[in-house]
Amino acid sequence: MNQYKEELNPETNQDQLLQEMTQSDYKYGFVTDIESDTIEKGLSEETVRLISGKKNEPAWMLEFRLKAYRHWLTLPLPTWPHLTIPEIDYQDIIYYSAPKQKKSLSSLDEVDPELLDTFNKLGIPLDEQKLLTGVAVDAVMDSVSVKTTFKKNLADLGIIFCSFSEAVQEYPDLVKKYMGTVVPYRDNYYAALNSAVFSDGSFVYIPKGVRCPMELSTYFRINAANTGQFERTLIVADDNAYVSYLEGCTAPMRDENQLHAAIVEIIAMDHASVKYSTVQNWYPGDKEGKGGIYNFVTKRGMCKGVHSKISWTQVETGSAVTWKYPSCILRGDHSVGEFYSVAVTNNYQQADTGSKMIHIGKNTKSTIVSKGISAGRSQNSYRGLVRVARNADNARNFSQCDSLLLGDKCGAHTFPYLEVDNQSAIVEHEATTSKIGEDQIFYCNQRGISTEDAIGLIVNGYAKEVLNQLPMEFAVEAQKLLQISLEGSVG
Amino acid sequence: MTSYELIDTVQELKKLYLIQKEELGLRLPAALTQIQQDAFNAFNQLGIPTTKAENYRYTDLKPSFSKIYKTALSSQEIQIEEDALFNCDVPNLDTQVEFILNGRYVARQLDLTVLPSGVVYGSLLNAWSEFPELVGKYFAKAADYKDDGLVALNTALALDGFFLFVPKNRQIKDTIQLITMLDHTDNLAVNTRNLIILEDNASAHILVCDHTFGESHFLSNSITEIFAGENASFHLTKMQNANNHSTCLDGNFIYQQANSQVIANAISLHGGLIRNHFHVKLDGEGANNITSGLYLTDRNQQITNHTLIEHLKPHCMSSQLFKGVLDDEAIGAFNGKIHVHPDAQKTEAYQVNRTILLSDTAKMNTKPMLEIYADDVKCSHGATIGQLDDEALFYLQSRGISKKEARLMLMYAFMDEVVSTIQIPGLKERVEELVSKRLRGELSRCNHCDFKCH
Repeated sequence: MNQYKEELNPETNQDQLLQEMTQSDYKYGFVTDIESDTIEKGLSEETVRLISGKKNEPAWMLEFRLKAYRHWLTLPLPTWPHLTIPEIDYQDIIYYSAPKQKKSLSSLDEVDPELLDTFNKLGIPLDEQKLLTGVAVDAVMDSVSVKTTFKKNLADLGIIFCSFSEAVQEYPDLVKKYMGTVVPYRDNYYAALNSAVFSDGSFVYIPKGVRCPMELSTYFRINAANTGQFERTLIVADDNAYVSYLEGCTAPMRDENQLHAAIVEIIAMDHASVKYSTVQNWYPGDKEGKGGIYNFVTKRGMCKGVHSKISWTQVETGSAVTWKYPSCILRGDHSVGEFYSVAVTNNYQQADTGSKMIHIGKNTKSTIVSKGISAGRSQNSYRGLVRVARNADNARNFSQCDSLLLGDKCGAHTFPYLEVDNQSAIVEHEATTSKIGEDQIFYCNQRGISTEDAIGLIVNGYAKEVLNQLPMEFAVEAQKLLQISLEGSVG
Repeated sequence: MTSYELIDTVQELKKLYLIQKEELGLRLPAALTQIQQDAFNAFNQLGIPTTKAENYRYTDLKPSFSKIYKTALSSQEIQIEEDALFNCDVPNLDTQVEFILNGRYVARQLDLTVLPSGVVYGSLLNAWSEFPELVGKYFAKAADYKDDGLVALNTALALDGFFLFVPKNRQIKDTIQLITMLDHTDNLAVNTRNLIILEDNASAHILVCDHTFGESHFLSNSITEIFAGENASFHLTKMQNANNHSTCLDGNFIYQQANSQVIANAISLHGGLIRNHFHVKLDGEGANNITSGLYLTDRNQQITNHTLIEHLKPHCMSSQLFKGVLDDEAIGAFNGKIHVHPDAQKTEAYQVNRTILLSDTAKMNTKPMLEIYADDVKCSHGATIGQLDDEALFYLQSRGISKKEARLMLMYAFMDEVVSTIQIPGLKERVEELVSKRLRGELSRCNHCDFKCH
């Protein structure tokens, strides 16, 4: 009877499902009660020196931070994104917060049980017993790396996978050589801010000819209130190396907005290949748009060597505001850049995300596949740039940007920039915007598939092209996330 | 928007405003002088748009506005020789020919013709004095001068241009051919303003041919406002054929009511810097707009097509198709946007830009944008930049067609999609011929011109 009723009135059914969906709570919104070492609010040269001092950094690092800080002071706030961001008071943020008990940990027993509990709740296999999962994890809580697993196994192969601060201490030459070469501190407002105050992050170095045998993963968690998280990731793949890297993020539910401004730099040398996957699930704010994370991230990869490849895959479901353009600079001849993205926005979320592909070397190729899904009162924009430099003979780009609208109060926008300076280039851009067609639903209903299942089917098919690019571990999580965010949400 | 400081032209233009105000102030209707004053104030704030402004990102106006131009003309200089029977690019069409010379309507009989049917056409300036209410109701209502420096400049300075009013249920069968000419021994800056009003169920066709004579540097900043009432039908074709020293900034602001249909084509064959700006507002259910453009540029020519199609009401349809070939050092840009407002459900909007680059030094920038605030829409856009298909070339060559001829055939076929949207009888064939000549490098702009200036 119930079933019959539902099918009789699909409109009501869909509204109901939409309600359920929008009311589904953010399940990572808990706060862990951990004692943390927190500095005073506010930002000044003193703060920068304090952070650097706390981390016992060498002089060159402090110098870098100070240069970045001074440059940041001169920069205006970027206004070009299609976002409405309330003014951020940069003096009202805590720039350093670390879980206390941060001595060198030799075994898991020494880790704060509360902390372990946190990561267990998040389903992150910090536990070294979970060998089967085969993922090496670097967990970063409030921008300090808490625990890195599988370090020894990796070290045997010559792979360096450690926290950024550790790398600064132990591999200063490598850090000095590569840090800031892809995203210089002058790059943009948030990159400058991050360069000045970043507290930790991950560092990966894959030596020549090594294929990293397991997925490397960082899990970011903002825990303390009023803090900003500023982490920095640097991945270097030397000649013929390969690595697949995963990144996940969550944060507690809080009424105030929190700032996350990260930098990710990737460098791929000759024939190297790097795959970087993100499932971004920062707290998006409540149904009225209160609270949530501001996610202002600069991610960029440099295909430095010939035949190198960098591939970005992202599933973006969280954050109140997302401002993020994972990019590839295709400098080496025959290098390849890829970008696959599913961005979901709901309620009052805003996303301005996309990719840049800069073709400099000859015979370079890039692919952009971006799938935007907007629901509620959210605004979801794709913004991308494909630039073919004058000497980039035979450059090839294909971009596809589709938007799916669920609900009549949301917006989906596309701002692609194509700049071609070479005759032999072939650049294609395609975009469509639509909602799930009544005919599609009808077709499924007719074949005995309920409206809810039909929507699941269609959305899944819509996002599949991107989800397929994710490593197994993440694909499952991403699919679940999509399910939470989208099922039944079509009007 | 930041503006350039101390460009002579800008200073001259500001001076011109004051001169005009003093000389003509009392003779112009109060409504017009008020709008001009507001627009002048707006221009003082906005200035000439720079490449920092998103809408002008790929169009650098600085060189164009850095030259020295003459801005004011005495009335003698506007007279056209009675016997200089002008023969345009598009002859032998069954058209009614009207002339605009250096921004002023050139009357062969009357400054303003009022037909018994109620149709009015002729000089905009005269229309202001004879039908101030009618003109005042529409003037500057579609072209907003508050956020675009060029529109503000034109609104502040333009005095004259072509005026057309078609009352309810009237159809103008013959195509009106509007020949706009720039001809002067000195460098010249001109602001022209056209106003076209079609009431409900009215229809008209206009073919605009832009020409320059001689080798002077011209700066033309023209604006055409078009109002299409319910069920009205309007067809606008622009043929741009100016010399390589000239700058044509051409704004078309189209306001459409329910079930109206407007087709606009911009055929850009020649010109130093051409910027076509189409701003369409679909403000009635069932309105339909097709805007297309074709550009063939070489040497140092620059072409920009800028569109903004606003869907304000449900059930409207719009389609944009811009195609072109760039050779030598030519720079092209397409800057298009479809904006679907929150209540415009059931919108269908399409946008395509395709460009072929023939040389290593040609450059194309394209920015096809969608901004969508309604969910039940079908919108798509596509952009490609590439070169002629090698396989198709090979196919043709393998059948005994020379490489040169094969290339021409492919380019011609590439262009045909746009040419075939032209619906004025006879004109399509003529444009096909012009495109073909242009592709062969035969300078088509003077073939039929009596002035033989080249």
